[in-house]
Amino acid sequence: MYDVIVVGGGHAGCEASNIAAKMGMKTLLLTMNKKNIADMPCNPSIGGTAKGVIVREIDALGGLMGRVADMSHFQIKMLNNSKGPAVRSLRAQADKRVYPKKMLEELEKNPNLEIKEGLVENLIVEDNVVKGVILSDNTIVKSQSVILTTGTYTKANILIGSENTPGGPHGEGRSNYLSDNLKKLGLNIKRLKTGTPQRIKKGSIDFTQMHEEKGDDTYWTFSHDLKPQYKINDQQKCYLVYTNEKTHEIIRKHLKESAMYGGYATGVGPRYCPSIEDKIVRFADKERHQLFLEPESIYYDEWYLQGFSTSMPRDVQEKMVHSLKGLENAVITKYAYAIEYDAIDSLQIKASLENKIIENLFTAGQINGTSGYEEAAGQGLIAGINAALKLQGKEPLILKRNEAYIGVLIDDLVTKGVTDPYRMLTSRAEFRLILRHDNADLRLRAMGYELGTISKEQYQRLNKKIKDIESLMQELKENKLTITKEVKDIFTSHNLELPKRNMTYEELLKRPEITLNFLSQFHKFNYSDEVIEQGEIAIKYEGYIKKANKEAEKLQKIEEKQIPEDIDYQKVRNLASEAKQKLSEIRPRTIAQASRISGVNPADIAILAVYLKKEYNHD
Amino acid sequence: MEDTICAIATAPGIGAISIIRVSGKEALDIVTKIFSKDLKKAKSHILLYGYIYNHEEIVDEVLVSVMLAPKTYTTEDIVEINSHGGINTTNKILELLLENGCRLAEAGEFTKRAFLNGRIDLTEAESVNDLINAKTDVARRLALNNLKGRVSKDIRNLRSKITDIMANIEVNIDYPEYEDIEIVTNETLLPKLEDVLANLQEMLKNSYNGKLIKEGINIAIVGSPNVGKSSILNRLLDEDKAIVTDIAGTTRDIVEGSVNFNGFLLNFIDTAGIRDTNDTVEKIGVEKSKKAINEADIVIIVLNNNEKLSTYEKELIDLVPLKKRIIFVNKSDLNNVLTLDKEYIIGNTIEEKGLDLLKEAINKKLNLENIREQDMTYMSNVRQIDLLKKAIKEIENAILNIHKGTPIDIVEIDITNAWNLLGEITGDTYKDELLDTLFSNFCIGK
Repeated sequence: MYDVIVVGGGHAGCEASNIAAKMGMKTLLLTMNKKNIADMPCNPSIGGTAKGVIVREIDALGGLMGRVADMSHFQIKMLNNSKGPAVRSLRAQADKRVYPKKMLEELEKNPNLEIKEGLVENLIVEDNVVKGVILSDNTIVKSQSVILTTGTYTKANILIGSENTPGGPHGEGRSNYLSDNLKKLGLNIKRLKTGTPQRIKKGSIDFTQMHEEKGDDTYWTFSHDLKPQYKINDQQKCYLVYTNEKTHEIIRKHLKESAMYGGYATGVGPRYCPSIEDKIVRFADKERHQLFLEPESIYYDEWYLQGFSTSMPRDVQEKMVHSLKGLENAVITKYAYAIEYDAIDSLQIKASLENKIIENLFTAGQINGTSGYEEAAGQGLIAGINAALKLQGKEPLILKRNEAYIGVLIDDLVTKGVTDPYRMLTSRAEFRLILRHDNADLRLRAMGYELGTISKEQYQRLNKKIKDIESLMQELKENKLTITKEVKDIFTSHNLELPKRNMTYEELLKRPEITLNFLSQFHKFNYSDEVIEQGEIAIKYEGYIKKANKEAEKLQKIEEKQIPEDIDYQKVRNLASEAKQKLSEIRPRTIAQASRISGVNPADIAILAVYLKKEYNHD
Repeated sequence: MEDTICAIATAPGIGAISIIRVSGKEALDIVTKIFSKDLKKAKSHILLYGYIYNHEEIVDEVLVSVMLAPKTYTTEDIVEINSHGGINTTNKILELLLENGCRLAEAGEFTKRAFLNGRIDLTEAESVNDLINAKTDVARRLALNNLKGRVSKDIRNLRSKITDIMANIEVNIDYPEYEDIEIVTNETLLPKLEDVLANLQEMLKNSYNGKLIKEGINIAIVGSPNVGKSSILNRLLDEDKAIVTDIAGTTRDIVEGSVNFNGFLLNFIDTAGIRDTNDTVEKIGVEKSKKAINEADIVIIVLNNNEKLSTYEKELIDLVPLKKRIIFVNKSDLNNVLTLDKEYIIGNTIEEKGLDLLKEAINKKLNLENIREQDMTYMSNVRQIDLLKKAIKEIENAILNIHKGTPIDIVEIDITNAWNLLGEITGDTYKDELLDTLFSNFCIGK
C-alpha cells in the first residue's frame, strides 16, 4: 500500500513523485521504461521565455528541473536581457543523454520513492474515490492517491503522411485503455496533437553556410543553490537556417500528402507551435522562415532541426530538408512526425489539480492539455505537493496569479480550459513585473520551507538575502554622492548628465542610464550580485512595482468573493445561456475566477454578483 | 430582475401624450387586466386602440403597443400605453398598474435591464441616459450619435491600433530568437505612440465640445454692485428670476437660469458684485463669484457707462482670461464717463440695446457654429472624459519613459494601462464599482 502512485516518468511525473516523497509520502513512480525517465522526446532545451521563470519557480519550491538542467546543459542564455527586468528568462540546451541520467540519480536519492516499470491501463475507484491502479498484466497496486502524468502516451498515434501507427514517442508503447476507462468514470476526453521535427546526422551538415548562435559569456544557473557546473568556453554552438522559395514550393506541391492537410489527423494542434506546412499556408507572403539546428547531445551525432516540424511523408521530407542551405546532403536520422493523444478536460479539475469527479486523483502535464516540459514539471510539482497535503489533511497549495507563473498556468487551465495545447507566454501573466526570473526565491521559497520541501539551510540563505537587500536599500537611501571635481570628471567621461545637487544614491539610481555598478566607484556597496540586482530593480521600477502590487491586491479582493459551491446557475435569471453553461461546467470558486472565463461577459458577472447578494447576502 | 416594472416614460408635465412603459414577464398579463382587449392574443410590434378601465369606469382612451421579447429595448416583453397626457390621468394609470402587480421602476432600470440582458454596451447605455436628459436639439443629436456606437467605434479603432503595437512587442518578448519579425524598439515605438496620443487629444478636445453641448455653457455675469447685472440676466432669460433692486449688493446668491440659444443650452450664473468687503454675507457672495469665474466657460463683465473704471474693475478685467471674457458696457442711455482700451459691447437694458450683439459675442467666443457643423463624435460625460484623460496620461508616460531610455517591458505597462482605460469607456473591461456609479446616474424611463 502506497500513499501516492505517480503514473508516468516524464517531467511532470518526476517532479510529482520527488516532491510527494520529499514530503514524507511513501511514493511509487510507475513508468513504462526506466531508461526513458525524464526523456526529452522533442526539443533539446529547458527554459525559454516565461518557461525559464517556471523552472526557477520549481527550484524555489524544492523541485528538480532547474538543478538537473544546470548539471546537464551545454549552452545557456539569458533571453530578453535588453528588454527589461520583467521578461528576462533563461534557456539552456540540455543534453538529451545527460539530463535523464542526472534526473534518475536525483530521484534515487529519495528514500521514500520507489521506481518500478509497468503500464497502467485502469484505476481502482470506489464511490468516486481512487484507491489504486491496475496494470496491463492485471496486477493491482493500491494507494491512497494517484497522480496521472501520462503525457502523450494515452492512445497515442504517430502520423507521418498517410501512415498512422499506434504508439508513443521515442518508439515507446502506448496506453490503450486508460483514457477509455477515465471516460467511463465521467471524464471528458479530447484529442490533441503535437509534433516534432527531423533529426539530422551531424557529419552530413555543412555548417559553413550557416550563422552561429553562441551561449552567453556570463555564468547563469537555474538553481538557487548550485554554482555553475559548466565552463563558458566549453559551450556548444547552435546554428540558424532559413527556408527558401524552393522549400515553400515543395511544401505547397505536396500539401495534401501531409497528415494534417490530407485529413488523416483529428487532433487539435498547438497554435503556438505550428508545423512548417501551417506556417507556409498561414503566412503565404513570407519569403523565408527561420529554423535552428541544435545538437541533441554531445555524446551522439544527432542534431535537431527546430521549426521544421511536419507530418509529410518521408520522401517529401527528404526533398524539404535538402532544399535548405547547408543541408543539401543531409542525412535524416529520424523523420518528423505528428502525434495525436487523448487528454482530459482541464475544466474538470480543481485549482489543486485534484479531479472534480474522482477524489484523490490528480493529473499534471500533457494529459491536462498543456505542452512543454516546463509547464508539465510545474504542474507535476503542484500535483505532488497537493496529493501530499490532502493526505496530511491540510489545505491545498494554490499559487495566485501574482505569485507565480505556475499559478497563472493552473488558473488558466481550470478556468478557461484549453482548445489547443497550452504553452506559457509572458503575455498570459498580467503581473509579469512581479513574476520575475530574479525573484522566484523571494516569492516562493518561504512557502517551500513551510511545506518541508526546502531545507533549513536553504531557508537561512533566503533570509540572509532578504536582510542584505533591506540593508542595501537603507544604504542607498542614507548616503549621498557629493559632487566633487573628481565625480564631475567621471560623469563627463561617461557622457552622463551631472546631478544638479548632492543626491542620495537612491535618487541617482532612479535614472535609467545609471547602474549600481557605476555608482560603486564612489561608494563601496558590499553585496552579492543578486542582492545588487534586487536593489536596483526595486528602486528603478518602484512606481510600477507598487502599482502592480496594488492591482494584485484589488484582484485579491474579488478573488476573496467566494461563490457558494451549491449554487445552481440555472436559477440565476437573465444570465446569458452561454454563461450559464460555462459557469455550471467550470464552477469557479470566486467572482474573480468567474470573470476570467471566456464567454462570461461583464454583464453576466454583474448579474451573478447581484444574485449572490440577494440569495446569499453576499457583499 | 424577475418582477415586471413600470414607469412614466415621458417627461412629467402637461404634454399632449404621456407614455407609460411596462417591461417584464408579466407585462402582457398585467396590462390586459386594465385594458379593453386581451394583449396575450396580440401580435408583436403593433398598436392597439382601446380603453383603460378602473373596474367599470373608463379612465382614458389609449393606444397600446405590444413588443414581445426578445426584440425589445430591454429584451423582455414590453407594453407601452400612450395616454392623453395630463398628470392626473397618467398617474391614475400608473397606480392601476401598480395595484395589478407591477413594481415602480428604479431610476435607469429599463436601461440597466437592456445592459444586463446584453443588448447594449456601456457607452450606449450612458448615451440613452444622455438622450433622456438632453435639453436641446444639438444635445439630442449628440446622444443619438453615441447611441449608434460612434464613440465606441472610434475608441475601438484606436484601441485596436494599440493592440497591434502591443502584439508586436509581445511577439518580440515571447519569441526573441526570431530575427525575421520586426523588432519594436523604443525608437520605432515613439512615432506610433505620438500618433495615438494625437488621436486621443483630438478626442479629448471634442469631448470638451460634447460636454458643452450636453451640459450647456456656463456663463457668469460679474461686475461692480448696481451696474445692472441682474437686469441683463433677466433680459437674456426673459423671466424675473433674479432679484433686481437699486440698492448695491442685493443679489447675494448665485441665481441660475438656463436658456435655449441656437440649440445650445446657456446656463447663466448671476453673481454678487466682486469687491473687497467686510460684510460677511456679501463676503460669501464674493467668494462664490470668484468660484463662478473659474467654473464659467464665458464671463460677462458688466461696466457702467456713466462711471469711471474703478481699480476693482481693472483687477476684474485682469482676473478673467481673454478667451472667456466679454465686456458689456451698460447704461448707454446715460452720459459717457467711462474710458476703456479693451474690446467691448455697449448697450442698455432699459431700451434693450446691444443685447443681440452680446448674444452674438457669446456665439463667437464659443465657436458654436463650428461645433454644430462638426461630426458629433464626442464623448460627453464626466466618466468617459475622466477615463480618456487618464489614458492620455498613460501614453504620455510611455513617451516620457521612451525618452528616458526605460526598457520596453516597462513602457508596455503604460501602454497596457491606456488600453485598459479605453476599454473601460466602451465597457470592454470590467470594473466592479463602474456599474454602480453608472446606473445610479440614470433617470426613470428610457
